[in-house]
Amino acid sequence: MLETFKTVGKPIAHDSAAKQVAGEALYIDDIRAPEGTLHAYCVLSRKAHARIVSIDLAAARAYPGVGAAISAADIPGKNEVGPIYKGEPFLAQGIVEYIGQPVVAIAASSIKIARAAAKLVRIVYEDLPPVLTIEEALAKEFYLAKPYQMKIGDAAAALAAAPHRLKGTFANGAQDHFYLEGQIALAVPQEGGEMAIWSSTQHPTEVQKMVAGALDLPANAVTCELRRMGGGFGGKETQPAIIACIAAVLAYTAKRPVKYRVDRDDDFMMTGKRHDFLVRYEVGYDDDGRLLALDISFAARGGHVADLTTSIVDRALFHTTNCYFVPHVTATGYACKTHTQSNTAFRGFGGPQGMLAAEHVVDRVARRLGKDPLALRQLNFFGQAPRDVTHYGQRVEDFVADKIVAELAADVGYAERRRAIDAFNASSPVLKKGLALTPVMFGVSFTAIQFNQAGALVHVYTDGSIALNHAGTEMGQGLHTKICQIVADEFAVPLETVRIAATNTGKVPNTSATAASAGSDLNGKAAQAAARTIKARIAQYLAGAAGLPESEVLFAGGQVQVGATSLPFKDAVQKAYNARIQLSATGFYRTPKIHFDRATAKGRPYYYFAYGAAYVEATIDTLTGEYAFDRAELLHDAGRSLNPAIDLGQVEGGFVQGMGWLTTEEIWFDASGRLRTHAPSTYKIPIARDLPRQFRARLWAAGENREESIHRSKAVGEPPLMLGNAAFFALQDAVAAAVPGREALLVAPATPERVLMTIAAAAP
Amino acid sequence: MAKISLTVNGKKVSAEVEGRTLLVQVLREKLGMTGTHVGCDTSQCGACVVHVDGKSVKSCTMLAAQADGTSVTTIEGLANGNELHPMQAAFKEHHGLQCGFCTPGMVMSAIELAKRNSNPSEHDVREWLEGNICRCTGYHNIVKAVQAGAQAMAAAK
Repeated sequence: MLETFKTVGKPIAHDSAAKQVAGEALYIDDIRAPEGTLHAYCVLSRKAHARIVSIDLAAARAYPGVGAAISAADIPGKNEVGPIYKGEPFLAQGIVEYIGQPVVAIAASSIKIARAAAKLVRIVYEDLPPVLTIEEALAKEFYLAKPYQMKIGDAAAALAAAPHRLKGTFANGAQDHFYLEGQIALAVPQEGGEMAIWSSTQHPTEVQKMVAGALDLPANAVTCELRRMGGGFGGKETQPAIIACIAAVLAYTAKRPVKYRVDRDDDFMMTGKRHDFLVRYEVGYDDDGRLLALDISFAARGGHVADLTTSIVDRALFHTTNCYFVPHVTATGYACKTHTQSNTAFRGFGGPQGMLAAEHVVDRVARRLGKDPLALRQLNFFGQAPRDVTHYGQRVEDFVADKIVAELAADVGYAERRRAIDAFNASSPVLKKGLALTPVMFGVSFTAIQFNQAGALVHVYTDGSIALNHAGTEMGQGLHTKICQIVADEFAVPLETVRIAATNTGKVPNTSATAASAGSDLNGKAAQAAARTIKARIAQYLAGAAGLPESEVLFAGGQVQVGATSLPFKDAVQKAYNARIQLSATGFYRTPKIHFDRATAKGRPYYYFAYGAAYVEATIDTLTGEYAFDRAELLHDAGRSLNPAIDLGQVEGGFVQGMGWLTTEEIWFDASGRLRTHAPSTYKIPIARDLPRQFRARLWAAGENREESIHRSKAVGEPPLMLGNAAFFALQDAVAAAVPGREALLVAPATPERVLMTIAAAAP
Repeated sequence: MAKISLTVNGKKVSAEVEGRTLLVQVLREKLGMTGTHVGCDTSQCGACVVHVDGKSVKSCTMLAAQADGTSVTTIEGLANGNELHPMQAAFKEHHGLQCGFCTPGMVMSAIELAKRNSNPSEHDVREWLEGNICRCTGYHNIVKAVQAGAQAMAAAK
C-alpha cells in the first residue's frame, strides 16, 4: 500500500521548530544588514498634550556620526498611518498628544551616537490641557468617532416590565502585548528611489502602503517582507507602520539603509495596547434568572487617534451577550479620545471586553438570586428558535457551547467540586477557595467584510519541489505549518516537498492583516485553490496524452496515477513542463455568506462561531490578597483540527495570556498621563510558576465546522484567550466566599491588591 | 577600548570592546551569532541566556570584559553537526515553542537545570524558569519539553 503522506489533522511540529531550537531562525534583527546601515532612535514627547512651538535639530544634525535627524517637516510625502481614519501621524505634527509620541527621529552610525544626538534636540512646547481618563472623555463627549449602537427589541420597555433589575458598572484594564520580539523595521533604499522594507508586521500590505505614502511613491515602488515575527498578538497589525515609516524616511533622507529596533521601554511608551473599558449596564431578569433585557454601554480608552478603536468597540458590542440569548438588548459603544498611547488590536479585538462584561452580569445575577453561576449560564444559553437570534440579527446555527460546557462540567465533577470547596470555605477563616466554569462563543470573520479575502502563489518546479507564498504572516501561531500541510495534501506529496517563502508584498498583493483568527481559514483556502489549479492542468494534460478522461488521473502517495499506470510526482511534473503546461498558479478566496450593514447594525457578520469552555479553581489569602490557581481544565472546539498540536498550543497559550490580562497585568498611568508600567520590572506577564498547579487542555473531540471552512476546521487564534475569564470568576467566587451575604464585585485586572481591597470594602 | 579573548562554542575569538559593551553585543554584533536574542533590554526576559563556563547567564546583563578568558556556549554551539542537542530535540518534539523568540534562552536555561537535576518535576521546572518569559505557549509544553530533555540528557550520558 502506498504511503499516503496525509498530514492534515496530524500533530506536525512547527515548520520552523528545528531552526528555532538551533538559533538559526532569522528575525528582522538577525538579518545581516547591509554595510553602512544606520541605527534609529526617536525623541519621544514628555508632554501628554502640548503645542510644538519649535524644534531645533541643528546640534543633532551636526553631531559626528549622525546621518539624518528629522521631524514631521522633513517627510517628503504624507505623515499618515491611519488604517481607517485619516490624520494619524507617525511623527508629531504641530502638537503632541501623549507622553511617548515620537517627535524627532535620528539615524546614526550606532545606537549610542543616535541617543547622544537625541539629547541635543531642543523642542519648545506650550502646554495644553490633557484628557487622560475614560470618565473625563465621557463627561466632555470627547470621542474619536460618533457613538454607535446595536439594538434588538425594546430594552427600555422590557427593563421596566422585568421582575428584577440590576444596575452597575464594570471595568477591565488594558494589556500590553509584550511580544518577545519588539517592534522593528529595516529600510533599504533601492535603485530608482524604490524602498525595500523588512518589518515585523502582521500587515505587510499596510506597511507598504503607508511607506509609499510617506515617501510619495506609488505602492509598486515599495516592497515589504518578513519571514516571521517573534510574536504579534495584534500589536503588530497597525503599529509597525509607524516604525517602518520612520525608518523609511530616515533612510530616504540619509540615502543609507536604516534599522529601527525599538527598545523595550520605548516600545511600551510609543505603542498602543488592548483597550481598557468602562462598562455601564442595567439588566432585567425573572425569578429563575432568565435574562429579559440588557441596556449596556461600552466606553473604550482609544488614545490620541482612532487606529482600529471603532472596530474594536464594535466587536465588544457584538460579543456583549457571549453565549446568552437576551430578547431585548441595547448596546452602545463609545470610542473615547484620550491623550495616551493609541490603543489597538489585541487578540480578541474587543470581543474579550464584551464577553467579560456579559459574564460579570450573569455572575452577579446568579449571586443575587443565590444560584450557582454555572446553572444560570446554562439557563440562558442560545437555543432553538426564537432563542437563537443575536442582537445584531445573526441566527446562531452552530451552537455547541451547551454540549462543551456539559462535557467539561461532568469531566471535572463540577457539583462535587462545588460541595468540596463550600466545605473547605466553611472551615477555613483566612484562605478561601473559589471556582468558575465559563463558556466562550467568538464570531469568526473580519466584521469589515472587505478584509475577508486572501491570495496565494504556488510554483511547482521541474524537480517536483513546491514553493508556496500566501497572504498571511507567521507570528508563532503555526499558520505557515498549516498552509504547507494543506498544499502538500493537495498534491499528495511529503510535507518536506513544500517550502514556504517569506511573506512579501511583491509576491501576493493587497493582503489583509493576519488577524481576526482568520489566517488559516482564508489563506488555507487560497493556497488550496492555487494547488488545485496546477493539479487540474497536469491532470488535463496527462489524461489527454493517455486518451483517458480527467477523472482517471489521481494524485496519491507521491505518485500521479493515470488510468492503470502510475508515475512519480516529479516525473509527471517534468512531462507537463515538457508539454509546456504552466506550473505556477495564484489562488484566491473570499469568505461566503457574510454581510453586515453598519447603518442598521444588522446582518450575518460571522461565517461561524468558535466555542470553548474553561474550569478554574483558585485559592485566595484574605489577609494579603495573594492567590494561586489550583486547577484549570480547558475544553476547546477547533472544529476538525488541521493540526492538534498547534491548536492545543493556541488554547494553552491563549488561556494563560487571558489569565494574565485579568490578574497580574496592570497598565498604570500617573496623574500626568505618563505610563509607569513600561518594562517587565513593573508590568507582570505570567511566568511559568504562575500556571495553575494542575493544568490540562483538550480539543473537543466532537468538533466540526458546520460551514465549509478549510477541511472543516475552526479558527483558533483568538477564542482561547477568553478561556481566561474562568480565572477571573474563580477569584470572584473566592472573594464572594470571603464576605458571605455581601456583594463584593471585582473589576479587572484582579491584582492581589485589588482582591484585598475588594474584600476590605465589602467586609462588615 | 580593551581587547578581550574568550572561547565561543569551542573557538577562540578576540574582540576590541568598550568597557560598557555587553556580552550579547559581542556575540550578536561582532561575531554575527544572532541565535542569542534580546527581548527586554533589561535582563528580565531571559531570551539572551548563554552559558559562561557552564553556568547560564543573561548575556545582556554581563559586560563583555567580564567574559574575558571564559568559555561561552550559545544556542548555536549545542548541536553536534546536524544532530540536535537532546534539549533542543525535546523542545521541537514536545512543541515547546511558537514564535521561537524566547526559545534559545529557554533551551540554554533548561540545560543548566538538567545538569543539576536529571529528573526535574513539573514544579521544579516551573520554579527554575522564573527568569525566562514566554508570551506564546503558556509554558505548558515548555515544561514538558524541559522534563523530557533532562531525561534524554541523563540517558545519553
